[in-house]
Amino acid sequence: MSDAKGLTRQQMCDRLAMEFEDGWMVNLGIGIPTLCSNCDFGDKAIVFHSENGVVGYGALAASGKEDMHLVNAGGQHVTMNPGSAIVHHADAFGMIRSGRIDVTVLGAYEVAENGDFANWKMAGQKGGGIGGAMDLAACAKHVFVAMEQTTRRGAPRLVERCAIPVTAKGVVDLVVTNYGLFEITPEGMALKEIAPGISIDEVKSTTGCNLIVPKEVPPVRLRG
Amino acid sequence: MPKSKVFASFAEAVADIPDGSVIGFGGFAVVGMPINLYQALTEQGAKRLTCVSNGTRGGTTMPGDAPTMEWLIRNNQVAKVICSFSAPTRASQRLALTEYYEKGLIEAELVPQGTLAERMRAAGAGIPAFYTPAAVGTELAEGRETRIFNGREYLLEEALALDYAFIRAYQADEAGNLRFRRSQRNFNPLMAMAARVTVVEVEEPILPRGAIDPDDVHLSGIYVHRLVKVPPPPEGWWPMRPPEVAARNAQLQGAQR
Repeated sequence: MSDAKGLTRQQMCDRLAMEFEDGWMVNLGIGIPTLCSNCDFGDKAIVFHSENGVVGYGALAASGKEDMHLVNAGGQHVTMNPGSAIVHHADAFGMIRSGRIDVTVLGAYEVAENGDFANWKMAGQKGGGIGGAMDLAACAKHVFVAMEQTTRRGAPRLVERCAIPVTAKGVVDLVVTNYGLFEITPEGMALKEIAPGISIDEVKSTTGCNLIVPKEVPPVRLRG
Repeated sequence: MPKSKVFASFAEAVADIPDGSVIGFGGFAVVGMPINLYQALTEQGAKRLTCVSNGTRGGTTMPGDAPTMEWLIRNNQVAKVICSFSAPTRASQRLALTEYYEKGLIEAELVPQGTLAERMRAAGAGIPAFYTPAAVGTELAEGRETRIFNGREYLLEEALALDYAFIRAYQADEAGNLRFRRSQRNFNPLMAMAARVTVVEVEEPILPRGAIDPDDVHLSGIYVHRLVKVPPPPEGWWPMRPPEVAARNAQLQGAQR
């Protein structure tokens, strides 16, 4: 799908999904993050929450087996797992605002070293597409971002400060790109794991902020 | 017997909507979207409308010629849109709203999705305003009132009352009690709560009073005023499976050539 170097989009999402803990309520943004629901969680009980009120959705519906009344927040036809429930939009967002979502995984245009991120308005655009991102970013216990390392023109997406309007300030914990896994720490942006086939220099030269690089950077953990 | 809420056609159910109305259109990614009422209101022609909805277009389960808010926009009936998506989320998308918005023909108010839902719930619950953490520190909060509670900053948001709500439901009885199916519920009960008059397109044949157990009602008929049964296709619009959508879109493209 993508000719980008390093991790595939599914591998990026597999890596973030390894961080989900048993019993977590997870909300996935549209785009790359939806791939997190394809992961194998083993014994962990993970509940997927969708802004349109589906609490506990399962795998994508097989072709021809779609329920015309059931979609996730990305408009994809999904299935429902045993024990799931339906609520209306205000209750779905009540769950978000009251801190019941353990993690949201969102796409982004830019993530800054201070944990700000931008994903609703491109440069020079009139209007924007917020959807549920501002509510989720402000209120989920953890905010993970999955995005490409650079724009198509090669500009860094990991930056010192966001140049475009932010979605929320200081909220991002963890970022995965095709080049590696990054953590936002009190000291700044830290490289935690590196994608196979990518050098530290390549990561540094495509990152637009100071990067904390430990002596030993392990490869990105991949699904066995 | 109280007056029946059942209307014989969509045209009759929207005949009296005046110019300048504030109308909420329910639905999320086509599910629960009042497809037939979009068509009826386009034919009715009311102008200078303020339209409230999550977004302005349909989704993958409707073909290119299905009615959406884009019909009202292109028919010059819309003065303002209040929504959570006023620009496309993919570079390949083109929205009628973008075109009219960029030319200054339509005003657009962009609202985070949870705030949009809660503003209507508040209107329906008699609460004039509330504080929310969403959008604090963003461009949307610039120049607006915030307040600190328990050490955290919140943004003041006002209730959003509607003149009309147009929604779609699975089942209704003659008293207007509604049931939705799966993710069809979404914004629909909230818009009905916020509205003076709620018009519902109903998928199943309208049931006699008492046919829905009171414990199973999702939205009380107290919020519901007009019911119209959606006729079977092709007279009525129904969401379609992806292969049916693809076939119809191919047919439409062929007809254009």
